[in-house]
Amino acid sequence: MKKHIAIYLIGLIFGLGISISGMANPAKVINFFDVAGTWDPSLIFVMGGAVTVAFIGYRIVFRQPSPLWGKGFSLPGTRQIDARLIGGSLVFGIGWGIAGFCPGGALPALGTGRTEVIIFVVALVAGILLAKQLQKLTARKKPEAARA
Amino acid sequence: METEFTPYASLGGGLLIGLAAVMLMATLGRIFGATGLLAGFIQPDSSSEFSWRAALLAGMVSGPALYLAFTGNWPDIQVPVSTPMLALGGLIVGLGVTYGAGCTSGHGVCGMARLSPRSIVATLSFMAGTAATVYVIRHVIGG
Repeated sequence: MKKHIAIYLIGLIFGLGISISGMANPAKVINFFDVAGTWDPSLIFVMGGAVTVAFIGYRIVFRQPSPLWGKGFSLPGTRQIDARLIGGSLVFGIGWGIAGFCPGGALPALGTGRTEVIIFVVALVAGILLAKQLQKLTARKKPEAARA
Repeated sequence: METEFTPYASLGGGLLIGLAAVMLMATLGRIFGATGLLAGFIQPDSSSEFSWRAALLAGMVSGPALYLAFTGNWPDIQVPVSTPMLALGGLIVGLGVTYGAGCTSGHGVCGMARLSPRSIVATLSFMAGTAATVYVIRHVIGG
């Protein structure tokens, strides 16, 4: 229980950060990318601040042999840079440009109860489930490609 | 739609996002990625994997209420996008982040902070995709 309260508080810090930063505001997100129009460079400060803190903090954390409540650090094992990574990310970017919400911005924004956020998150979940089904289908057809 | 340039608020918010990412790594040894978090929440591998994700998500969703308690206002959410486009965008984001194995938080913050080549490539790819899409919508179709 104590662990879960601590994890809840970590989520709360993230959700507060998103709320303050403007990442939950599609108008601001879209303006960040609209350099040729109503450009709002604010979000470079979000990325800059977050990456700087994580860069320094991770270096301190990774000096420990293991996390506080786990056997080891669960870091992504894949190192391959392939068409799936680049294509998937490009597609994500297209969706982000259309809607103005990304998953990390939209999930905390659910707490406002706004209909627009709920619509986006429902569609997001549908997209994730659809992609998982597609991945299962293609993996069954081409077992070798899936292993790579 | 113009939005106000907010360097201090955005930097402050970014620092908190980075802090949360470091704390999750220090406690559970996990990357703070919204995509993996949500995917694992809707299709959990086991109950222990579900419970921490549920706690983290509950905290995230409570963020705007804490903001309201501090400032007296809900965070600004202005949506200059029609409902069908919002749903289409959500669907496309869901497909993309699953194939790309991450989004702005997982690749853009945590992966970049680890100097992961995969995350750097992913971040450059989605930023390029977003910028191109916004340009087309606003200045080619909409212009």
